[in-house]
Amino acid sequence: MLVHTALGRAEQVARHWSAAGCPVVIHVDRHVPKATFDTFVKALSDVPDIRFCERYRCEWGTWGLVAGTQAASEMMLASFPKVRHVYLASGSCLPLRPVQELIDYLASRPRTDFIESATTSDVPWTVGGLDEERFTLRFPFSWKRHRYFFDKAVAVQRRLGLQRKMPNGLVPHMGSQWWCLTRHTLSAILQDPERDTYDRYFRHVWIPDESYFQTLARQYSTKIESRSLTLSKFDFQGKPHIFYDDHLQLLRRSDCFVARKIWPYADRLYDAFLTDAAGAMKKTEPNPGKIDRIFAKAVERRTRGRSGLYMQSRFPNEDWENGVTAAPYSVFQGFAELFENFEPWLAKATGARVHGHLFAPDKVHFSEGQTAINGALSDSAILRDHNCKTFLTNLIWNTRGERQCFQFGPHDNQDICWRIARDSNAQISVITGAWAVPLFRSNLDFAEIRATAARLQRIENEHMDILRSPHAKAHVRIWTMAEFIEAPMEPLQGILDEIGRTKLRRLAEAPKMVDLGGFGQFLQNLKNQGMHPYLMGDFPVERGVEASPKPPRKPYLVQ
Amino acid sequence: MRLPYFLDYYRRMGVAHFFFVDNDSDDGSLDYLADQPDVSVWSTSAGYKRARFGVDWLNWLQMKYAHGHWTLTVDPDEFLVYPFCDTRPLRALTDWLDASSIKSFSAMLLDMYPKGRLDEQPYQPGQDPIEIASWFDSGNYTMEPNYLFRNLWIQGGPRARVFFADQPEKAPALNKVPLVKWDRRYCYVSSTHMLLPRGLNQVYDEWGGEKASGVLLHAKFLDTFSAKAEEELARGQHYAGSVEYKAYAERLKDDPQLWCKWSERYINWRQLEILGLMSKGNWA
Repeated sequence: MLVHTALGRAEQVARHWSAAGCPVVIHVDRHVPKATFDTFVKALSDVPDIRFCERYRCEWGTWGLVAGTQAASEMMLASFPKVRHVYLASGSCLPLRPVQELIDYLASRPRTDFIESATTSDVPWTVGGLDEERFTLRFPFSWKRHRYFFDKAVAVQRRLGLQRKMPNGLVPHMGSQWWCLTRHTLSAILQDPERDTYDRYFRHVWIPDESYFQTLARQYSTKIESRSLTLSKFDFQGKPHIFYDDHLQLLRRSDCFVARKIWPYADRLYDAFLTDAAGAMKKTEPNPGKIDRIFAKAVERRTRGRSGLYMQSRFPNEDWENGVTAAPYSVFQGFAELFENFEPWLAKATGARVHGHLFAPDKVHFSEGQTAINGALSDSAILRDHNCKTFLTNLIWNTRGERQCFQFGPHDNQDICWRIARDSNAQISVITGAWAVPLFRSNLDFAEIRATAARLQRIENEHMDILRSPHAKAHVRIWTMAEFIEAPMEPLQGILDEIGRTKLRRLAEAPKMVDLGGFGQFLQNLKNQGMHPYLMGDFPVERGVEASPKPPRKPYLVQ
Repeated sequence: MRLPYFLDYYRRMGVAHFFFVDNDSDDGSLDYLADQPDVSVWSTSAGYKRARFGVDWLNWLQMKYAHGHWTLTVDPDEFLVYPFCDTRPLRALTDWLDASSIKSFSAMLLDMYPKGRLDEQPYQPGQDPIEIASWFDSGNYTMEPNYLFRNLWIQGGPRARVFFADQPEKAPALNKVPLVKWDRRYCYVSSTHMLLPRGLNQVYDEWGGEKASGVLLHAKFLDTFSAKAEEELARGQHYAGSVEYKAYAERLKDDPQLWCKWSERYINWRQLEILGLMSKGNWA
């Protein structure tokens, strides 16, 4: 048992092992003051078969941990000839099942060594980007205390191409430092005539406690089970996850023999597992699946996070969002202008939430005229424009689970255009030039119409440039108005298919197009005034009349 | 009035010692605090504003007494919620932060309010204020990076929605870093919104991941609020010419109702984590 802190807990666990008839050899870190060490030794003096071995200085990632383990192992093998399996544990390990079950488990596998041992090229768990180089470079500086010098030393050796060779053609293996080896294998490692050579070599390997026994066991073992009997999970920085009181049920159901690390103040865990003497005497194999999933999810949360969430501890740089928004949504430009009842029609056809112009200058036009929406997102245009990008991401985050659709146009706040264009969740459908329809139907002075038309055309044109930019990631479809009214049902059907949640099997009705009689002449009038409306596409003067719908329209059928 | 529950809340969390600054209170708080076994209290009648809204007092106390300790700097109406706070004491969090070499922990201010008028349910000493002010806004927060101090500037919530709807840029900041492994070289710059050195403000991940964070439940909006707003306005000792309290006083006259149909009722930290207001990060 390797111990360096929380000696009280270590004492408890040592007593527990000992009570089950297992001799324990304890290695206490040299950093522990002598007085503390003496108290610890004295506290355990009443327990039989507990020994303390020579103490080494154990700093993370250094040779001391291996030296301590060697000393303890030698003492164990020499002092207790009956021992067949040696289990390496730490002071913060906690046996989860009755020790007798572990003894039985090992007794029925007398020649098996349980040691996680994988070749370096096959495992991704490395800290600081070093895997192969752990073995081929030297590490004179501490990673924890002198990171700068550590990194410099690595860089210099890389530059000079310095390399060390594994002695006697050993193949480097790595794995969890918590193993359980048979006397046969362990003694072969410790009594190897070449041990000095190996020790000299591994002394300069980085984190040798994860490779010394793992590599050498491959030389001698007749049967390696490459897994650790100790449940020990690591986070993305390579530091062990810690278990707390609220993990009690999870640990119980894991059927693992030993877990680490346990938070020293997790009273409930220590109480539960160190007094569980009876146990069910299950013969089950350890099954850490559920714990694995929880910790894997924690790593995922820390490294990738929840897409589309912006909050106090997740604020990704542009292009690092892993999803600008939380869910797919649809933006429609020109549809509400061209069809009289587009919004209710779309809502009915898809079951999605269909808003009006969310970025309108007067206020946010939420669906059904609501003054606020999920998350208490207000309809105030001032609040929205204070940070309209956040407004959009908030809206999509707050309503996740429900498809959002909204209208957009050249009247609206254009600051949001790039954000939407770069978002692969956005599905944007545009009928260019449709902004002219309300003007056409309005009762304004022609001079005013002309000025407005010129302004809207310029704005929409700029927006189209954004949507056609190679940086745009949104799914964009653009029709000119002339193109669209030629055959409106096909694009509409495409849009519905893409939203993909058509409520009605058969589309009973198409949206009603506004009467465009005279629209071609209207455009011609603009042209005559010197303002050429080009975004609508090619609209002959008489064309508008022809294109106007001939009621009643036939119901459109979809398979 | 607010202190008994405050002390109780943080004692249960495992706070070992409390440091208070009493700025000329006249409601017996000083005597009450002086009687507590785990409280040290300093008292001053100097100006809150001149002490840069109390920051100077706290920085000095922390420099003198907090070196090497985990310190939680909060107002008496702020209640820290962190991941697993219902099953793990604060010490579990700080031990984990230590083990992860993290020196500062973010907890955004979440304004809590009652349903109905603010003065409808009177607050009793010792009572959990969240019983009354149990509602909050879950998804209307805006954030912008502050490149000077590298912190995030968070605004929004009911205060922006109701009191600052026509001047949102003046809405109060909600970003806070209240839990810090203190070093005598550190200092708070503006309330607990930001610190120096700037690295301590980097409590958010920029590459898509989530760092662990908590929430400060802000029980400001109780029946005592209207009186407090008037008093503070009269004192004129608050930030930016007390613009905040001016806005309150103005709106509070007619309709002190913060609740709306989309308000969310507080249940526990897991709810806040699902809503995306805080995160477990890689603490599991």
